[in-house]
Amino acid sequence: MTTSPMTLPADARVAPDAAPKRIFGWLFAVAILAVMGAYVRAIYFTPIEAQQGAVQKIYYLHVPAWIACYLAYGLVAIGSVINLWLHDERADRLAASAAEVGILFNTVGLTVGPVWAKPIWGTWWTWDARLTSTLFLWFIFAAYLVLRGAIESPAMRARFSAVLAILGVLLIPFIHLSVYLFRTLHPMPIMLQPQALVNPPLSPEMETTFLVSSLAFLLLCVALVVSRYRLATLRAAADDAEGVGQ
Amino acid sequence: MVRARDRMSVRTPPGTLGAALLIARKDLAIEFRSRTAFLSSLVFAVLALSIFYFTWDESIVTPQDRAPGVLWVVLAFSALLGLQRAFSLEEHERGIDALLIAPIARESVYLGKAVGNLLFLCAIQAVAIPALAVFYNLRFNGQLAVVAGIVLLAMVGIVAVGTLFSAMAVNTRLAELLLPMLSLPFFVPILMDAAQATTRVMAGRPLSEAWPWLRLLIAFDLVFIVACTIAFPYTLEE
Repeated sequence: MTTSPMTLPADARVAPDAAPKRIFGWLFAVAILAVMGAYVRAIYFTPIEAQQGAVQKIYYLHVPAWIACYLAYGLVAIGSVINLWLHDERADRLAASAAEVGILFNTVGLTVGPVWAKPIWGTWWTWDARLTSTLFLWFIFAAYLVLRGAIESPAMRARFSAVLAILGVLLIPFIHLSVYLFRTLHPMPIMLQPQALVNPPLSPEMETTFLVSSLAFLLLCVALVVSRYRLATLRAAADDAEGVGQ
Repeated sequence: MVRARDRMSVRTPPGTLGAALLIARKDLAIEFRSRTAFLSSLVFAVLALSIFYFTWDESIVTPQDRAPGVLWVVLAFSALLGLQRAFSLEEHERGIDALLIAPIARESVYLGKAVGNLLFLCAIQAVAIPALAVFYNLRFNGQLAVVAGIVLLAMVGIVAVGTLFSAMAVNTRLAELLLPMLSLPFFVPILMDAAQATTRVMAGRPLSEAWPWLRLLIAFDLVFIVACTIAFPYTLEE
């Protein structure tokens, strides 16, 4: 840090300008407003479902959270493949940012799901194919974030985490199929039908609320990934500057 | 062993599989001389078998009924102990550098390590499964060969992903602590399929009833052997 700016290599001098000034931009503000709007609509302007009652409204949080989660994990997979292929550190930053956002929505989905399941299925949790594979997605991406934290070298961190993410994508179908086989060969309580969550009878108002909420969550997902990406860029710039100063 | 390596050095470098077998042979020779990892994994496996015996009420679940489950839990965790060995061996005095500058494909390092691990784990199971049969008073109903086949299929899958992750874990700050966190999610479908298949076979059911599980297990092995062999070169230091 004591070195004069004149002695810095060209890249390091450009980096602070190339790095974003703010982490949260207007997109994030719009996303927060959209999610608030979706909540207000879901709570006050959407009819209560006849059979399940008020608890069904979790649907407007639960399913959009999963859609956002899958979008984020999809971005991790894309970022990882691009990183291994082109060795571009921006792809690694995208993957890391999307992984953190993905695990956030994954946690939301896994938390609010049981709240709905307890009154409707009569149990907090069941080892159904969908539930099990999403739980293991959480485990894989938790390991992904721990792995990233345990490696100093940025290049090695990028390669290792990309390998884990790609193998994780290959793993999920196997978990899903195994549990599916496990459950279909065994008798199962009639109440525990996950299809009921996927395909509920929706009235037009409910459908609109669901669409609004899904769009709001997708927007929030993108806004969070963008913000986290900016933070990663700032950090990389700071690391570079520090490295030069040493 | 030394003579074999000298012979190799005057000839052209071995092919991918030849080099892999040499690496596996080297690892097993080291293990055979020290036997530390083998003994600790074996003692762990037998110890775990006996501890599991007392964690259930015998009057509710019979030992014969819980034996397949115990087998697979013990197998998974003793495998983790063995897998840690493969690359920590090379970190010591930087043996890995010698492997990396050797004129052999990176893939053969992975395949060699995996074959070494597979034989190592099979040796542990060759003692642990008879111990399970004795302690849990098991009858294999003449299906011992089938059970051994399922164990082998499961071991191939465990070794395929475990070898790759142990190569990664050894290069991190957390080292061995990270291996279970990385590997166990990948062991889940293997253990689920293998446990379901063995439960059916050991209950004297026809093999066709276990076939859907075995098919999935074989698919897992094939997909992950290919994927991990391709991915391995990315997990080495450059």
